[in-house]
Amino acid sequence: MVDAMFLGIAVLTIVSAIAALEMRSLIYGGIALMGTLGGIAGFFILLDSPFVALFQIAVYVGSIAVLILFTIMLVKKELIFHKKEDSKRRYAGIGLMLTIMISMGALIFDSGISSITTDEPAVDYRLIGEDFLTYYWPALIAMALVLSGAITGAMTLARRQDEVKDEQRTD
Amino acid sequence: MSNELIDFVIVSIALLAIGIYGLSVKRNFIRMLFAVEIVINAANLNLVAFARFLPHSGGQTFALFSIAIAAAEVAVGLALIIVAYRMYKNVDVADFRSLKG
Repeated sequence: MVDAMFLGIAVLTIVSAIAALEMRSLIYGGIALMGTLGGIAGFFILLDSPFVALFQIAVYVGSIAVLILFTIMLVKKELIFHKKEDSKRRYAGIGLMLTIMISMGALIFDSGISSITTDEPAVDYRLIGEDFLTYYWPALIAMALVLSGAITGAMTLARRQDEVKDEQRTD
Repeated sequence: MSNELIDFVIVSIALLAIGIYGLSVKRNFIRMLFAVEIVINAANLNLVAFARFLPHSGGQTFALFSIAIAAAEVAVGLALIIVAYRMYKNVDVADFRSLKG
């Protein structure tokens, strides 16, 4: 049986996920997405994983959501409030969503997952640090390289090509 | 623990379905990025839920990896949005003609 906290967080997460996609304004959509990401952090706390929850808040709610909001603000105002949708595609999308929910839900209910419960203590978060530095150290280094490559790539992509020409013109 | 694994998995399925709906219906690049974020978070929720109920630290470790990679993906995605907006003055993917094969 679920407790009230779980139910509250589940409603917050799912409603704000729908709001993030359906709200007319992209800015409010971005703020609703922050609600979804925060709700997921709440689930992590319910699952006795405070380290992952704090990481989620720091990375997702703290930086990614703010980055998204700033990008939205760089886009023209008309595009932020503009919502162009094909109604046929929309109904097909809702049908697809319900099909996925029902088929995967039925599959999960039919499997043995519904009988899994635990009384064991939660995993100590110090083990995660040990995992990172022992078994997963090559993955950690690869991740660091991927991150630095992605940031360099993002900066290269977003750099204005005509900036140098403008400077030359003023000289 | 009063909550069971299946409760978390059901929320995760709901989020996955909402994310796939967003990816298939929305034509706005930024909203598609929102949908991708929702799908990634659904996957992370599953990882941490299974890590709690097995219990094993591997799930949490993978969730941390996933969050870090998602941060990189968002940075590149937003840079692509800025470049596409500069080229087409729009964020509608239907207008990104030169990206078509």
